[in-house]
Amino acid sequence: MKPAPFSYHRPESVDDALAMLANLEDAKILAGGQSLMAMMNFRYLAPEHIIDINRIPELTEIREEGDGIRFGAMVRQRDALDSPMVQARCPLLIEALENVGHIQTRNRGTVGGSLSHLDPSAEMPAVFSALDATLHVGSARGTRDIPIADWSLGYMMPNLEPDELLVGITAPCWPKDHGYAFLEMARRHGDFAMAGAGALMTLNSDGTIARVAVALTGVDTGPVRLHDAEIALIGQLPSEAVFAAAAKSAETVAGIDDVHASAAYRQRLAVVYARRALIKAHDRTLQGRA
Amino acid sequence: MGERREIQLTVNGEAVSREVEVRWTLVDFLRHELMLTGTHVGCEHGVCGACTVLLDGRSARSCLTLAVQADGCDVTTIEGLSPKEGLSPLQQAFADHHGLQCGYCTPGVLCTLTEFLETNADPSEEEIRIALSGNLCRCTGYQGMVDAALAYVAARKSQLA
Repeated sequence: MKPAPFSYHRPESVDDALAMLANLEDAKILAGGQSLMAMMNFRYLAPEHIIDINRIPELTEIREEGDGIRFGAMVRQRDALDSPMVQARCPLLIEALENVGHIQTRNRGTVGGSLSHLDPSAEMPAVFSALDATLHVGSARGTRDIPIADWSLGYMMPNLEPDELLVGITAPCWPKDHGYAFLEMARRHGDFAMAGAGALMTLNSDGTIARVAVALTGVDTGPVRLHDAEIALIGQLPSEAVFAAAAKSAETVAGIDDVHASAAYRQRLAVVYARRALIKAHDRTLQGRA
Repeated sequence: MGERREIQLTVNGEAVSREVEVRWTLVDFLRHELMLTGTHVGCEHGVCGACTVLLDGRSARSCLTLAVQADGCDVTTIEGLSPKEGLSPLQQAFADHHGLQCGYCTPGVLCTLTEFLETNADPSEEEIRIALSGNLCRCTGYQGMVDAALAYVAARKSQLA
């Protein structure tokens, strides 16, 4: 089908976009369009106004900020993948992005669009959850910084008011020698994952685990951090048995039941993928030392 | 009638200036206004890849891009990838290796591979298969396409040597 008629707006600055969001009734933000356009073609959505933020240069920057990287909301997934800074400092994001859709959708799809659409199976929310990222939101009323843990309010419902726009994301980077892994189960490369896990790890000089983060996608409605597993792992000497025991806690995450997979199957996958991600992240920690 | 806007863009090397309805997708604009019917419409929700074109040199779903968004951009379709006469080397490789049957997915596949092979000098079979994962083919299957891409890469390498 074709989109229903709408009014088209193309602001050239964030301030202009925020003024439009404040003044227009029933407006939708058009970022990369890889989800919104599909929903409009099928008339799941028929907004009165489209605010196209593809021509706002300030939203497309990737830059170092303190110990982290700040991504403008309109950084294309492809440009994040190609960024030497992201490759060097945030390899978890690179490994996850390789699983996000296909070349053609990554060429248009954006980091901020994925976070705002908040599909339960999306990779970006889980990655930024593992990284403890902060989301920067603007409106004509002012700005808010939102920890990723407070971003998902429910099924495809980000912590955004109707007049607010996600403008950027700051992700703290892990030390140079950290291990990382992102793994997911999808029926076909690039399809939405039935479940996936991202892990980050650093070791103490005696080989015990100093710091670890594990996040899941595709299991619950939003990204899930396995805090209990992380606490249990800190100070432990790594082994497959230790990782398997920690990953078990993924069993208790509420699973979504739908046509693609049952809740029980997703929970099972979550345990397996959390374990495999921990093992791979640990292996890479050792490679960093070699 | 919906809201309209004037857009100026380059399509297959030629400057185009048209008034478009803002709700038109790029693929419908290419097919219905410019009569460039080589780009096909499949699923209209970004899954099948039949409508893939090159937007500023990068492959993109023209069903998920509005025509009005292509204002100021450089669009290349399968017509632009084809020589005036005969076939391009990649198209010839597809013909030689049975890379197409009904041809519905082929323009999108060729746009995808054009970008992919420009940025990858010597891809592995697996990398080619992953690159093609966003283009659905329901008749020939992928083996012929992969063979064609590998043959094209091998020929290009031997020419450079």
